[in-house]
Amino acid sequence: MTTIQEAPVRGAGLAGDLRVAGMVWTRELIRYTRNRTRIVSGLMQPVLFLFVLGYGMGSLVGTSGGFNFRQFVFPGVVAMTVVMTAMFSAISIVWDREFGFLREMLIAPVSRAALVLGKTAGGATVAAAQGAIMLVLAPLVGVRLTVLLVAEVIALELVMAVAVTAFGVFVASRIQKMEAFQVVMQMLMMPMLFLSGALFPLNNLPGWLTVITRVNPLTYAVDPLRKVVFAAQNMNTAARARFPTGVSVFGYRMPTPAELGVVAVFAGVFFLLAIWGLATTE
Amino acid sequence: MVETLSPRDLSGSASQVPAIEAEHLVKCFGELTAVNDVSFSVLPGEIFAFLGPNGAGKSTTINMLCTLARPTRGRARVAGHDVASDARSVRSRIGLVFQEQTLDEQLTAEENLRFHAVLYGVPHDEVNGRITRVLDLVALSPRRRDLVSTFSGGMARRLEIARGMLHTPAVLFLDEPTIGLDPQTRALMWEDVLRMRAEEGVTIFVTSHYMDEAEYADRIAIIDHGQIIALDTPANLKAAVGMDTVVLETADDEAALRALRRLGLRVEATNPGVTAFVEDADAAVSHLVGAVGVAVRTVRAHRPTLDDVFLHFTGREIREDHVESQVPMMMRARGARRR
Repeated sequence: MTTIQEAPVRGAGLAGDLRVAGMVWTRELIRYTRNRTRIVSGLMQPVLFLFVLGYGMGSLVGTSGGFNFRQFVFPGVVAMTVVMTAMFSAISIVWDREFGFLREMLIAPVSRAALVLGKTAGGATVAAAQGAIMLVLAPLVGVRLTVLLVAEVIALELVMAVAVTAFGVFVASRIQKMEAFQVVMQMLMMPMLFLSGALFPLNNLPGWLTVITRVNPLTYAVDPLRKVVFAAQNMNTAARARFPTGVSVFGYRMPTPAELGVVAVFAGVFFLLAIWGLATTE
Repeated sequence: MVETLSPRDLSGSASQVPAIEAEHLVKCFGELTAVNDVSFSVLPGEIFAFLGPNGAGKSTTINMLCTLARPTRGRARVAGHDVASDARSVRSRIGLVFQEQTLDEQLTAEENLRFHAVLYGVPHDEVNGRITRVLDLVALSPRRRDLVSTFSGGMARRLEIARGMLHTPAVLFLDEPTIGLDPQTRALMWEDVLRMRAEEGVTIFVTSHYMDEAEYADRIAIIDHGQIIALDTPANLKAAVGMDTVVLETADDEAALRALRRLGLRVEATNPGVTAFVEDADAAVSHLVGAVGVAVRTVRAHRPTLDDVFLHFTGREIREDHVESQVPMMMRARGARRR
């Protein structure tokens, strides 16, 4: 009869943390690919926005230089898909708490940072994948895709998804009850999406709305996406004037790197808050 | 049943470092003192049961030993490491099975185990071997690639025990492991636990309020109102309560009483019948029936159970305040399957 009690703490250190993060990431992917209903239902709402809102509003907005509202809203709807999938993935921590699996993770001798890293990477991968699926619809609404554009979109999706997942993990770490989940989704997700410029241009808004949209971090994730999509389209001056891109803050038109910088800071802050949130949970 | 039901010979192990050492543990929640000055030590390879009604302090004690709750006062060492100052070392050396299920039902049994192996830093090249091994120990190998959502409550519980053993812990903590399980599944689970102990040499700390389950333990601590009120082997605890009894109802109880007293036995007239106090009730029955000299109508042999033990030490039945609280637990278990 042997006792193994004097074995050293295994898996400690950076290599161990990365291995744990990798496992958490793998689990997110397994759960995503195994749940076909989630993939399909996750596409329902964006598809609804793209086609119903796209055609409904399209007649109102009209066409400028051969460019219409559906083409305008397409990048916004892709962003919406990414945000919702990332948020859903992050907030599944509430489910994990309810069904006990969170405890299995939290009692293990691993760093919270490794868990948050894995969760964030997993949520980002899944969200970017879901967003990439949306690109299949591009030809249906007259958006031209190039290989470069697809690569750019996926890269931007990843940045956006990391930020949203980190934010979501923090929120989820503060939620104790399943009931609160719906409230959070309604109170946080939808307003953030509506006020991000995903569905309408952010120029010439009333002052109060301008302020809110500029405070919303999602704004700075949606705009770069729209910029790269528009850059790959044949748009004349009239179309560009009708469907503008770019976010101005205090009259300063933010370049894409600055916008992504805002998103990165947001992601970093909430990544740290998420670690803190999980460390103080239970 | 596995044959190691009897307490193991623990002599000669006094020189070993205890697997668990608790010294004057106290845990207060505000005004409430949940655990009040609890001290005990558990030897490597021992099965140690913590018995008591709900709210007695069992879970709080187990949480302190597992580093999930910080002792208000006192100290404890598990697998040689202090639970307060060296929590991570303790956590990597213990396996935990909680009252509530903590499996991911959307993953297969193997995936759940693989996840756990990584969390506990089981080396890459050992992971597959350990998974095969622990699944064998709980006889779930055929279900290795099945989703946990297809498992029965008992199977899920046994998979959790296998998972708790995956990283070869020094101590396996089981908090009310049989709650909500039917008697047959409970017996199976205990066979698994005894097999773990026999083949892996793990120390087992288990809490329960099922008295019959404590019989599997080498030693039992009875806890009530946050304090240990008795701590000994099951046999000694039962001996402390009293002797076995045999109740005989005969055609002439007066004559029977005289006849048995002539044999030098301690006998009392009870209504109905006569009660003889003996060392071993089962063995004494035929002897007594032969000796009374009158026609015997009924014979009842009674051996003190741990229920009697609990009654003896606390003055009340262990289960009386438990029945209510079990209901939501089972509903919860059922609810968890809905996913």
